[in-house]
Amino acid sequence: MLKKLFSRQETLVGITLVALCLLIGTINPVFWTPGNWFDLARSATVTGIFAIGVLIVLVSGGIDVSFTAIAVFSMYTTTVIMNQIGFQGGMVAFFALSAAIGALLGLINAFFIARFRLPTLIVTLGTQSLFRGFLLFVIGSKIIRDLPPGMAQYSGAFLFTVTDARGITVGLHSAVLFLVGVAIIAQLLLRHTMLGRSIYALGGSREAAERAGFNLVRTQVFIYAFVGVLAGIAGMIYGGLNRQANAQDIVGQELDVIAATVLGGASIAGGRGSVVGTLLGVLLVTVMSNSLILVGIPSIWQRVVIGAIILIGTAVPAIRALHTARRANVDIEPVPAE
Amino acid sequence: MADAFLSLSHISKSYAGVQALDDVSLIVKPAEIHCLVGENGSGKSTLIKIIAGVVSPDEGQIVINGKPFPRLAPMDAIREGIQVIYQDFSLFPNLTVAENIALNYELSRNTRIVRWGEVRRLAQAALDKIGVRLPLDAEVESIPVADKQLVAIARALVQNARLIIMDEATTALTEKEIRALFGVIRNVQRDGVAVLFVSHKLNEVLEIADKAMIIRNGKVVVDADAAALDRNKLVYYMTGRRIDEADYDYVPQSKQPLLEVSHLSSPGNFEDISFSLYPGEIVGVTGLLGSGRTELALSLFGVLPAMRGEVRIDGQLVRIRDIQSAIRHGIGYVPEDRLTEGLFLDQSINRNIVIRTIDTLRQAGGLLSPARLEAHAREWINNLSIKTSNPELPVKSLSGGNQQRVVLAKWLASKPRILILNGPTVGVDVGSKTELHEIIKSLAGEGIGILVISDDIPELLHLCNRILLMRRGRLAGMFERAVLDENKLTTLLTESTTIGSAVPSPQVQ
Repeated sequence: MLKKLFSRQETLVGITLVALCLLIGTINPVFWTPGNWFDLARSATVTGIFAIGVLIVLVSGGIDVSFTAIAVFSMYTTTVIMNQIGFQGGMVAFFALSAAIGALLGLINAFFIARFRLPTLIVTLGTQSLFRGFLLFVIGSKIIRDLPPGMAQYSGAFLFTVTDARGITVGLHSAVLFLVGVAIIAQLLLRHTMLGRSIYALGGSREAAERAGFNLVRTQVFIYAFVGVLAGIAGMIYGGLNRQANAQDIVGQELDVIAATVLGGASIAGGRGSVVGTLLGVLLVTVMSNSLILVGIPSIWQRVVIGAIILIGTAVPAIRALHTARRANVDIEPVPAE
Repeated sequence: MADAFLSLSHISKSYAGVQALDDVSLIVKPAEIHCLVGENGSGKSTLIKIIAGVVSPDEGQIVINGKPFPRLAPMDAIREGIQVIYQDFSLFPNLTVAENIALNYELSRNTRIVRWGEVRRLAQAALDKIGVRLPLDAEVESIPVADKQLVAIARALVQNARLIIMDEATTALTEKEIRALFGVIRNVQRDGVAVLFVSHKLNEVLEIADKAMIIRNGKVVVDADAAALDRNKLVYYMTGRRIDEADYDYVPQSKQPLLEVSHLSSPGNFEDISFSLYPGEIVGVTGLLGSGRTELALSLFGVLPAMRGEVRIDGQLVRIRDIQSAIRHGIGYVPEDRLTEGLFLDQSINRNIVIRTIDTLRQAGGLLSPARLEAHAREWINNLSIKTSNPELPVKSLSGGNQQRVVLAKWLASKPRILILNGPTVGVDVGSKTELHEIIKSLAGEGIGILVISDDIPELLHLCNRILLMRRGRLAGMFERAVLDENKLTTLLTESTTIGSAVPSPQVQ
């Protein structure tokens, strides 16, 4: 049982994360201040929500690189619409609209993937360019700093604030609740609903899933629409926290998010991955990119270190699998004494 | 008298003018075990598809449980209790044993919320019914192929199967596993479930079946009690000809061994293996799955390089570190799983044949001449009589026996001196098997040293002049063909304790 626990990628990533925290915290105690932790939570929120979406797609045996384009499209378009109608209400409406736009764009992915059975990478590469191009050309490319009031106030929506020893007030932003909520929903969905199991079944063996009678078109439509909703919400959080709507933002992060998800144990070949692992993968990458500066590693080195961690983190399980495969389970009798 | 569960009468079906089934009738009663035997292309698969409702017959009637089905749909068949276990089992490698057993049933009940306690309970109940123990939480990918099959049977039972159709159920199993499977089948039978084995392997048929039906070219040749048939009759009915194979007659060609292996070890796989192979010899290597026989072959071919011990070829010490060095020393390996390891299934027959020798077919400037490649491939297609209308067709269009010939041709084209054949006739029908045996014998006659890894006992006795027995990674005995017969070898193979009466061959030091 213990052995099984230790052979899991989640456990490895968790241990690495704890070790890394201890190391950084020992070198620079600032790491342990609430301010740093609130900052980490804030940074992990958008990546985390994206990563949950990526997880679901990866488990189903697909890959999606268009979610960043969906996120920026939904966020920017929502901002433009709300500005034009002079919307004065709260942030909830922004999230609802952005999520709806995201769902719509996700359905475009689903249409090509489920209906025509095109390879998911090709479809989402295409739609990424399409969504982004459409956004920049048709909707707008200027940075909007003059935000509708609901959105402008969002960056100050803390759950609570603390004032530390030096008199600086820091707060935990409420956006982290989205991450928690999305994680719980995804966990319930993947683990405890037949729809979730059909996603694993599809990623494990498409043919077997068809023979079993799963409605795979429905499953795939759900997956890409759901990812669209998550992207719409994450994009809105991103815009709110940064207090601007920039049509050039977000796109470009997709590979980092996919890498964090894979680091957390999701298989690029489909059928495997967990919410807990994904969250750990995201946290590990976030701690690395936010905290290396605390131990004196220049920020230009961050990319190198993150790249190395991702390579090592994904290579270790692969090497172990290869090793197990090579060591056939032959039970060799002891050599009798001569 | 028990009423028939399934009754097919006068079923005919043709595809584009080719008569796949011609006036076939079949009656299956509850708890009966049937065998449907026929060579590849005889119409067996069409018949399965008709029973499963995947294909509709052109003529004839289907009656299940007394209800006639003019147009049987797949869902009707499942609802009436017909479950087909395909050769690949259709399992989910990434899900646990328990979930694989329960998932299809839960799906058919329109379950929305998965209750894991219920999943485990269903799975355990089904496994108890067939009397096997499997780890419920193990991923299916990690369990042996024989256990995967048990998972597939348990899954069929969870869905209230009344008739389980098993397509080539024993192809991937060892003798011992087949025994275990038969035990399970008898348990299922006790609950009134009928089983229809579909196979081209003969040995199993007579042992477990109540009834056997043999079809050839879409027509029923024999429909009889299994007790009334013996193996020779079966072969005759299946192929329409009597096959008399002469056992391989080894004539020593040289005193210098072609291959000498001494104290070869690969920790975790096999230990201290010593033997030699002379030109023209066919030496069998047998043992149960997990005995290390495949690992030994892989090691000689450089896939799993040995850690200790020596390999000599023509008396010269060689080191086989990787596949390239094995090939350089004239060693060829035909893998057990030709689909994934031996062939590029989507590529043409021609291309598959020339792949190993493509370097030698280069012309000036390093360019390849298509005409020359084709001529070269054609030579091998003729030599090994590979049956194809067009060598540009993908290899996957060929039957199992012909695919195996393509793998052989690929290796023979590179003129190996030592050929390792792992399960050379697994999944090949009787007629092709005989022809493959003839090819192997004539290759040995030309002086190639051949190692045949197999647990097909008649095959080993027929082909090999010596047989090495491996058990748990060690050499448990080396036998001259002359001292063995089928019973003796079966006993040796399945015995779990160390044998005392091993007749050592003179080559053992």
